[in-house]
Amino acid sequence: MAINNEALQQQLINDLLIESFDGLDRFDREMLTLEKGEGQPDTLNIVFRVIHTIKGTAGCIGLGKIESVAHVGESLLSLLRDDKLKLSPPMITALLEYSDALKDMLRCLEKTGHQGDKDYSALLEKLKNLQAGEPLPAEKPAEEQCWGLFEDEPVATAPATPAPAVVEKTIVVDAAARATTSVSDTAIRVDVGQLDKLMNLVGELVLARNQIVQFTGKSTEPTLLNAAQRLNILTTELQESVMKTRMQPIGNIWAKFPRIVRDVSQELGKQIKLVMEGQETELDRTIIEAIKDPLTHIIRNSIDHGVEKPEVRTAANKPAEGLLILRAFHEGGQVNIEIMDDGQGINVARVKQKALEKNLITPDQAAGFSDREVFNLIFLPGFSTAEKVTNVSGRGVGMDVVKTNIEKIGGSVDIFSEAGQGTTLKIKIPLTLAIIPALIVTSGGERFAIPQVNLLELVRLEGEQARKGIELLYGAPVYRLRGHLLPLVYLNRELKLEQSADEKNSGDVQIVVLQADGRQFGMVVNEINDTEEIVVKPLGKQLKGISCFAGATIMGDGKVALILDVLGLAQLAKVISETRDRALTEKPEEQTRADDRQTLLLFNAGENSRLAIPLSMVARLEEFPLKDIERAGDQDVVQYRGQILPLIQISQFLSQAEPAAQQDPMQVVVYSEAGRSVGLVVTKINDIVEETLAIKRDAPRRGIAGSAVIQDKVTDLLDVPGIIRAADPDFYREPKKENP
Amino acid sequence: MSQTSKQYCTFFLNGLFFGVEVLNVQEVLRYQQMTHVPLAPATVQGLINLRGQIVTAIDLRHRLELPARVSGELPMNVVVRSEDGAISLLVDEIGDVVEIEDDVFEAPPETLRGVARDLIKGVYKLKERLLLVLDTERTVNLSGVTALAKEQNN
Repeated sequence: MAINNEALQQQLINDLLIESFDGLDRFDREMLTLEKGEGQPDTLNIVFRVIHTIKGTAGCIGLGKIESVAHVGESLLSLLRDDKLKLSPPMITALLEYSDALKDMLRCLEKTGHQGDKDYSALLEKLKNLQAGEPLPAEKPAEEQCWGLFEDEPVATAPATPAPAVVEKTIVVDAAARATTSVSDTAIRVDVGQLDKLMNLVGELVLARNQIVQFTGKSTEPTLLNAAQRLNILTTELQESVMKTRMQPIGNIWAKFPRIVRDVSQELGKQIKLVMEGQETELDRTIIEAIKDPLTHIIRNSIDHGVEKPEVRTAANKPAEGLLILRAFHEGGQVNIEIMDDGQGINVARVKQKALEKNLITPDQAAGFSDREVFNLIFLPGFSTAEKVTNVSGRGVGMDVVKTNIEKIGGSVDIFSEAGQGTTLKIKIPLTLAIIPALIVTSGGERFAIPQVNLLELVRLEGEQARKGIELLYGAPVYRLRGHLLPLVYLNRELKLEQSADEKNSGDVQIVVLQADGRQFGMVVNEINDTEEIVVKPLGKQLKGISCFAGATIMGDGKVALILDVLGLAQLAKVISETRDRALTEKPEEQTRADDRQTLLLFNAGENSRLAIPLSMVARLEEFPLKDIERAGDQDVVQYRGQILPLIQISQFLSQAEPAAQQDPMQVVVYSEAGRSVGLVVTKINDIVEETLAIKRDAPRRGIAGSAVIQDKVTDLLDVPGIIRAADPDFYREPKKENP
Repeated sequence: MSQTSKQYCTFFLNGLFFGVEVLNVQEVLRYQQMTHVPLAPATVQGLINLRGQIVTAIDLRHRLELPARVSGELPMNVVVRSEDGAISLLVDEIGDVVEIEDDVFEAPPETLRGVARDLIKGVYKLKERLLLVLDTERTVNLSGVTALAKEQNN
């Protein structure tokens, strides 16, 4: 076909490229299922159609060489599809090679605009032989040829062979059908740059929204408040939608792994079964791009160093076929990726020895290292335990590069290994890098943002507690948090901030409980402000050396606030020392305990009744001055966070409690469900305890779900849903959803 | 404009007259509210919000080892473009944009010592006074300074 219009031609080529790369990835995948013998009756049809489409399109836009190469494989596939030939392992290898050759040409076309002048005649000859049913000389040479493919000297271009008549017919029919089905009606292709720009604009909009919301907070003008609230909701929705457009399932990059696993394991003479779970887990595309190479490297490493050869495995009473599991899932606003193998595990002694040989550690250090610390040596630059440098791993890109790349995007890598049982790499990465929820705190007159992912809970110590709650262990401050010692870090001291007189005089202690690298610590700040969505902006080169800041953001009032890097801060404060292995040993214990123990809030309503509710039901504890209490209809209400919070006097609903005298300020337990909140008015908040909950008596009284012995006293468990239903029958009936 | 002349944005610093090439200057701003960065090298005065972009502000007096600004005097920002994006140089006062012939340029005298020797490209001998030309790329590169600050912290 003559080239009438250059732009049109380019467009056609682009379409061909996108379509063909997708198609060939699919081709590889399907070939592998066929190799495993798991192919569906339709599988051969699918791979045939992929090649057929490429051939047809290439022919249409005058790419003769691609067409002719595609043609040879197509002929073979058509015979296979029609059951005229049986698929054999050499055929699969040859066809995969053939897919590589096509990809190679397409890549060349993408880069240079030409089909390239590489010679594929050897490959084509092999395919033709297979088609004719002639046996290959031997299986091994085919293998070697696969790797020598790209080094072949260019000879003459393969002549296009005439296709058998049977095939010719199908082509004509399909090519006609193809033209009408290429455009999908529901999806469009959008330039990624355009999406990035959109994301930046939304980022700016979020900042402007924050400013407006803060500004209107002081106003009482109802129209303005309304408009601000709508702006607020719309911005959040817009932000989520734009975020979603950039999300891609992790399966997109995993699609290439079966092929890599197959090639690498064949080359190394290993048998490996790859299992992938959670392909549909979605990630921001910038993150997807960033983890592609590290993941590929880890997988190559697992096959090369992890999984043993079949004979070694059989000798160790393991199935000859090694298992490699890739798993992705969302957890706590992060994406977790685990790469597990059931190989030989990491040889602690050998790693130590290697590190010593390479002078990465001193003998003294080596002796004192825990297993976990030894595993982490693998991430040191210049470390490689492979006995010999193979084609597969040991290309000068070590695990240190993997670690740096993952940390660059705010992720972390952890390694667990057991000798003879296998190795697991756990990668945690944020969902997105652009906009994150954060807690704003103040210390030394400066505001700081703490990413919500690091935040566990907030503790406020008042009066007596503030003076006695914090104990010193050889000068190191600690706080007892539900029976565990929580090391404390003072943000003022760590950052060398000046404390204002106001802050010095304040009797209360605010502790932000944080988690870094699996360890908890408490950070003492002067003031806890609020949570906010912040737009993460990078710091200039001049400030890159300070590890305790992850970036900066612009607050609602236009001022800049620094974002704390919790891990960096923990290291600065020496909370994370490498000698303890707490995180690993403590976790299982905590899990079993969580099953039968519950955290309860103890309080009084009326003079004598001692009550408890599970802390998980409590959204917040608040105090309201009596003068703020208003009446709406026959109910007490209070304005709370831009909403009207109905108040329920608990004592009114408890048949036995004496009527409570009104206190000032009023103590309120805020309970939220499905976006609606209600305040339960109590007389006094007593304590928060962790108890094994055994309900002793089930005699139902109004508003009471049962009784238990807590701290050696009989305590009634409040029936919160029952009380709310009695006070406001509509509360559960029509869940109002403002923020879907 | 003849080929042998250049335009300079000028400013004052401790009574000295400085200039940076106009092509390197993005904009000039009055005093901006600044966020202090704890643990940062002392040369970094803070961060400013430049229409949604976060810009590091460098105290040029400190950078050039001049006496500190009298407290209460608010510095002005000369925002320059560097390889690393926009950076603000804090100066005492802004002067005019001047166009100067190349033939009055001279390399810095040998007697110029210390950090100034590194950061001053040369001197224009103007009729009424001398104009010191600042090498912006070197001025905003604090790699040596940062390392020093780190040592002090540890």
